[in-house]
Amino acid sequence: MPGRAADRPDMAPQAPAMGVAGWCRSRLFSSPLNIVLTLLVTWLLFMTVPALLDWLFLQADFSATTAAQCRAAQGACWAFIAAKHRLILFGVYPYDQQWRPLLAAVILVAVIVCSCMRRFWRPALALLWSAALLAVAVLMWGGVFGLAHVEDSRWGGLPLTLILSTFGIAFAFPLGLLLALGRRSDMPVIKALCVVYIELVRGVPLISLLFMSSVMLPLFLPEGVSIDKLLRAQIAIILFAAAYIAETVRGGLQAIPKGQYEGADSLGLSYWQKMRKIILPQALKVVIPPLVSIFVALFKDTSLVVIIGIFDLTQSAKTALADAHWRGFSSEAYVFIACIYFIFCFSISRYSKALEKRLDTGRRQ
Amino acid sequence: MRALAYQALLVGVIGFVVWYLVSNTLHNLAARNITTGFAFLGREAGFAIGESMISYTPADTYGRAIEVGLLNTLRVSVIGVVVATGLGTVLGVARLSRNWLVSRLAGAYVEVMRNIPLLLQLFFWYALITESLPGPRQARHPLPGVFLSNRGLVLPTLRGDAMDWMLAGLAIAIAAVVVAGHWAKKRQEASGRVFPLARAGAVILVCGPLAGWLASGAPLVLDVPHLAGFNFSGGITLTPEFTALLTGLIIYTSAFIAEVVRSGIQAVDQGQWEAAASLGLSRVRMLRLVILPQALRVIVPPMTSQYLNLTKNSSLAVAIGYPDLVSVVNTTLNQTGQAIEGILIIMAAYLTVSLSISVCMNWYNRRIALVER
Repeated sequence: MPGRAADRPDMAPQAPAMGVAGWCRSRLFSSPLNIVLTLLVTWLLFMTVPALLDWLFLQADFSATTAAQCRAAQGACWAFIAAKHRLILFGVYPYDQQWRPLLAAVILVAVIVCSCMRRFWRPALALLWSAALLAVAVLMWGGVFGLAHVEDSRWGGLPLTLILSTFGIAFAFPLGLLLALGRRSDMPVIKALCVVYIELVRGVPLISLLFMSSVMLPLFLPEGVSIDKLLRAQIAIILFAAAYIAETVRGGLQAIPKGQYEGADSLGLSYWQKMRKIILPQALKVVIPPLVSIFVALFKDTSLVVIIGIFDLTQSAKTALADAHWRGFSSEAYVFIACIYFIFCFSISRYSKALEKRLDTGRRQ
Repeated sequence: MRALAYQALLVGVIGFVVWYLVSNTLHNLAARNITTGFAFLGREAGFAIGESMISYTPADTYGRAIEVGLLNTLRVSVIGVVVATGLGTVLGVARLSRNWLVSRLAGAYVEVMRNIPLLLQLFFWYALITESLPGPRQARHPLPGVFLSNRGLVLPTLRGDAMDWMLAGLAIAIAAVVVAGHWAKKRQEASGRVFPLARAGAVILVCGPLAGWLASGAPLVLDVPHLAGFNFSGGITLTPEFTALLTGLIIYTSAFIAEVVRSGIQAVDQGQWEAAASLGLSRVRMLRLVILPQALRVIVPPMTSQYLNLTKNSSLAVAIGYPDLVSVVNTTLNQTGQAIEGILIIMAAYLTVSLSISVCMNWYNRRIALVER
């Protein structure tokens, strides 16, 4: 019936959305519901954004020298941050030595950035990580190369947050890999042990592990031996992250078709050869994006060490707030460190999203 | 053979490590004069707890105190899960909205809240309530009967003997809606006639409690809080700790739930929308009959883990002084030195809660998975 279509009167094609007006019509006012929503949201923004801008910038005090001057201002007191930024960023690390944690933080960020670039994805990356972690340890502790020794109880601020999360992921990754392999193993005892460990750790909050490290670990050790508080917290974080990494890697291992395992077996490869050369390279590629998400989660979770009294970024902000001369600027301090956390977490998770897209197209080809 | 040897070796090593740790621990405990065991739960606690759902005084036992803590954890978790699910679903749908402003605003909310540590958010809300809000006399008054001050949030509540009757009426109404749903489905399968269940259900749900109220004949009082002296009387008061914890948990978790909902809806193939549209279904029925059943299958497992996360994250209460399980056990273990028992109690409680949530959600997941043919 070819004639049918021609009989019908031509319907005017829908006008394409062009220009600002067209864009507004299609994106903001396309239906009654949309119009109501747009008006509602505009009203909401109108009520909040000017007040927020006022507080953040327009009425804020950037240059006051005392708290009293700052309180006179209607808006935020950024002078507080200006006065306290060294304490917030570096904690109580000796003031004249603070270039060391700064350098350590730069090294850690550089390693993370390098790990994000695909051209560095080769076995040498592990070497780079070892070198960087070693350099950070030397810089922070000192005691060699003419650097003065600094107790780790004086470390703090942003470098400590970075150290806890990067060392955490660096040590948790191999452990998590072993746990994942153990959970997929044919040996019932090993499998059972791994399952119990993973489920136990994932079932309880990180705080309970941190408490465990701070009150139970000292009981486990023979008399006279003690591990310092920071190391104990680091161990708790590693043990915690390993369980989550194990589950993620297991997902990757399960995504590999059975034929790959059988192919490797038929070549006569041993278990470890099979894993190292055939299975893990494919499985790990699949799980890189979720692993990055685990890193972001871990970066945020390191703030929990506040509860056992370790001086990370959050705790140093609280310490800055405890100064009797500068009382009552907690919103400013929290907004400041929230921005720092946000910059790190947002950029890494954006990267993870981009990576997911790129790796996904690679697999479909 | 080799496998056996490996396993024997591993068991041997772990056995040795455990034996070594246990012997050290026993030695250390003996040196500190701490007797192991749960006998301390029967002793008098001697510390006060700020808020409690059951009666508690410092003269009660440690066991009772821990019970109070557990109930407080459950209270904040249950309310948090319900509200965060609602808010998260709205945000997830809003992110997919065709309205540019709405989707961008929801996107900004999700990105900002997901990428700031929960603990920091809790500190922020707590500081905002206790430091920046005025005292009860100058309390903020956003809605009639709702007061927001540095003593927390005060809400109006319903009191009176009619409450029990109305609850009974509501229970009967819910049962009636369930029965009507089954009947409507059977009838539609047999005859093809559609029963307007949503409208009828709404009427039944409103009429049930109303009938209960009329049947009781007892007056129902709306208990509106008012300022008396330096504080409020009447209504229910949510403490600053509870308000800050609940706000933080809801805002943080709803951002994650929004992502779960968004990806669930997006996981349904575009063709399903088109097919549903070509059947002539309205947009609501399209969502309810075609899209949601498929999206739910994708949504339920990650949603479960968000619920578990919220419950586990409620333990951050200890940082702002809300007396949840971890906080109470922490006080107990500082007073008695029973570190191992305390940690065991925390772990056992969270594992029980986690496993129960998993079991419930797995049951639900299997139920909706059955739709697949």
